[in-house]
Amino acid sequence: MIQLKVNGSARKFDGDPEMPLLWYLRDVLNYTGTKFGCGAGLCGACTVHVNGEAIRSCVTTMKDAAGKAITTIEGLGAKQEHPLQAAWKQCNVSQCGYCQSGQIMQAAALLKAKPKPSDADIDTAMQGNICRCGTYQRIRQAIKIAAEVKA
Amino acid sequence: MNRIERVSRRGFLGTAFGAGALVLGVQINEVEGATPAWMPSVYLGIEPNGTAVIVAHRSEMGTGIRTVLPMVVADELEADWKKVRIEQALGDVKYGSQNTDGSCSIRDFYDAMRAAGATVRLMLEQSAAKKWNVPVSECKGQNHFVVHAKSGKKAGYGELVKVASTLPVPKKGEWTLKPESEFRYIGKEMPTMEQGDHTRGAGKFGIDAKMPGMLYASIERPPVLGAKLKSFDDTAAKQVKGVVRTATIDAFKPPHNFQALGGVAVLADSTWAAAQGRKKLKVEWDLGPNGSFDSAKDKAEIMAKAMQPGKVVRNIGDVDKAFAAATNLHEASYYIPLLSHAPMEPPAAVAEWKDGKVVTYAATQNPQAVQESVASAMGIKKEDVTCHVTLLGGGFGRKSKPDYVCEAAMLSKTVGKPVKVVFSREDDIKFDFYHANAGMYMKAALDEKGRPTAWLHRSVFPSIGSTFDATAEYGQEFEMGMGWVDLPYAIANHRAENGPHKNHVRIGWMRAVAHIYHAFAIHSFVDELAAKAGRDRVEYILDLLGPDRKVPIEPVGMKYWNNDQGQDTYPVDTARLKRVVELVAEKSGWANKKPQKGRALGIAAHRSFLSYVAAVVEVVVDERGRVTIPRVDIAIDAGRIINPERAKSQLEGAAVFGTSLAMMGEITAADGRIVQSNFNNYPVARMPEAPLVTHVHLVPSNALPAGIGEPGVPPIAPAITSAIFAATGKRVRELPIRKTKLV
Repeated sequence: MIQLKVNGSARKFDGDPEMPLLWYLRDVLNYTGTKFGCGAGLCGACTVHVNGEAIRSCVTTMKDAAGKAITTIEGLGAKQEHPLQAAWKQCNVSQCGYCQSGQIMQAAALLKAKPKPSDADIDTAMQGNICRCGTYQRIRQAIKIAAEVKA
Repeated sequence: MNRIERVSRRGFLGTAFGAGALVLGVQINEVEGATPAWMPSVYLGIEPNGTAVIVAHRSEMGTGIRTVLPMVVADELEADWKKVRIEQALGDVKYGSQNTDGSCSIRDFYDAMRAAGATVRLMLEQSAAKKWNVPVSECKGQNHFVVHAKSGKKAGYGELVKVASTLPVPKKGEWTLKPESEFRYIGKEMPTMEQGDHTRGAGKFGIDAKMPGMLYASIERPPVLGAKLKSFDDTAAKQVKGVVRTATIDAFKPPHNFQALGGVAVLADSTWAAAQGRKKLKVEWDLGPNGSFDSAKDKAEIMAKAMQPGKVVRNIGDVDKAFAAATNLHEASYYIPLLSHAPMEPPAAVAEWKDGKVVTYAATQNPQAVQESVASAMGIKKEDVTCHVTLLGGGFGRKSKPDYVCEAAMLSKTVGKPVKVVFSREDDIKFDFYHANAGMYMKAALDEKGRPTAWLHRSVFPSIGSTFDATAEYGQEFEMGMGWVDLPYAIANHRAENGPHKNHVRIGWMRAVAHIYHAFAIHSFVDELAAKAGRDRVEYILDLLGPDRKVPIEPVGMKYWNNDQGQDTYPVDTARLKRVVELVAEKSGWANKKPQKGRALGIAAHRSFLSYVAAVVEVVVDERGRVTIPRVDIAIDAGRIINPERAKSQLEGAAVFGTSLAMMGEITAADGRIVQSNFNNYPVARMPEAPLVTHVHLVPSNALPAGIGEPGVPPIAPAITSAIFAATGKRVRELPIRKTKLV
């Protein structure tokens, strides 16, 4: 039996310990804000926080998530809207919106580590997250706005 | 009662996502049994509480159309945007075309949306006139109220519904459109409805749809187009925990159209279990004639055909005579490989077969094609296919082809439960309807100023027509009409020839379609001619466009496609193309940014989807040959633009999409099988590779609306290679650029 915390709630899982966390979140818990994009840690659509760090849930097994605290996009601004979420709206970042949960989760981890990221910091942190609609310049802009707010 | 039409009350959220208690962020807009909205138009109704229900009949895949068309309705209705609710339409012919494709939603429905708004506004005004016993001409809809200025009376739209619903629906000629000076939303920058949801992960896509009791399918499809299932062993697959059963899907009958490819499906109680089970399948295929398809050979064949005379599709003057007389000739060949759409959400749908009918929730650009294709696969009437349209996590043309919905429906019938089909990324890359590879040969005779006096352009590519006619080898009218036979330059002798080529994979339209390869060849060639003449590229393009005029396009053996519009309403207008060239040159600082070693600007200008676009791209090529793009400027004249904010976002996105296909996109086949599988070997632009910033310049215009979603794409690749040449002296004639060593 695997025990973990998801968005503050204690959970138990007795299925395949090799199952990626992504499918547990989506298929079992119905936290569908976390998206499938590649299944191989190549696109970042499935990014969530495990003990505060951004990881790719499509290549993180349930076994590895055991005992950890998971935060998904649904949990990020549950109490109070995250400055990134506000900045995303301010910049009208989303086109199709599909990758944006992962983008925001990745950016949230970046701001936690580097409250005032440079362009190069943003490139490094965000290059694992693909946006096929091509919203990158607005993502960059939104991260900078949120960094101002947080600072 | 005039309740002519009434859309689904619950919408897709209520049924597909409401079941699980753990579903977060879902707001069920409707309560079962509530008083239904008065729907005098298929696109618009008013609820008794005054809420304007605007029906989005086009699919939202990121263009903003789900917000932008309703803005037009709301404007004519004189609605308060805060009191507007958008309801996504089911697939239904009553809406007209729902195929969200071809950058035509605004162009085709601007008038219809205004008519819907104006009709309902008049009925509300008539209702108020009755209520107050005053002439209707004295009543005016204003921001969700009808106002009688003389008496100062005012009534909210909601309270006028009851009487309005007893009135006959006014006919054309009875209602009047608002003057432009009173536009409330049209032309204004407004955020799309889904921006907030997308920051909370609350947007609901096809991949998020669920039906009670559904099974998850993972399908082993024929690895080669037309391959037949020989045998399979599912013993090990069925032993995987969570796997319920397997099922076969019959192979399609040619032409493949949007049919399921066929194969063996593993059905399980989770996505993961289905995928694990599929890995344990042992399947043998009879590969058939496409089993020897090889991209290197295919490319050689295409390039050889491009050197041969082909079918003449445009002919002005006498190219051969001009070539024979010329002393200054230039020729070049260009090639673009197969490309995959790779939307971030792969194809996804859930479907249930029950009592001879199908209900599906699908990420689809074309719900009526879903109805037709599923009906055809199941042998039922299309009216018996109910297609709920979810949000789409990108589309780019892939989700116009509902093969994946057919798979879900067919499997549901086999297993007696709802079935969800989600392509893995590998499935998506390997079973796409690929953007055609194309080879193009160009030749020009030049005058003393380096201007072409004769121009020959041969183009060879597998046609999208092969999707609907297995024997098709020549381009379709629409493919030839995409930036090729409609060359707008002032050249006395001009011939276009199309060579035949057979498809060996599924070929389909991808964002900007045939414009991509035609624009690459034409504008690369123009760039070469300008360089050869030693002339400034902007000045050369303007000279080539000649005097301001509307160019009559008269292809040979077909009519000019022109996006199915007449040349009287949407002519090929060189003045508009010139204008965007001049605008982008000015805004990019072209005149003051002369090429330097390793850093330069490039330019291309192209008319597509009835819009005029010019792009200037700045590239930096470092000492290792690595290309970065610090800046893009794009100018567009798309006629009237409804929401400039979304227009800008589409063009910003087009610059990135164009960068991906120019720099890195390539699909190849070996032994009939697609080689690429995921974003590691089919890369798309990531943040550091994308343009750092794209400045979009919109030409203010009241002209008829034209395309926005696609026209930004075609000029990007040739503008990048134009810049690379200026920065390095290296001429790139084949995409992707990464295959050419730049230093």
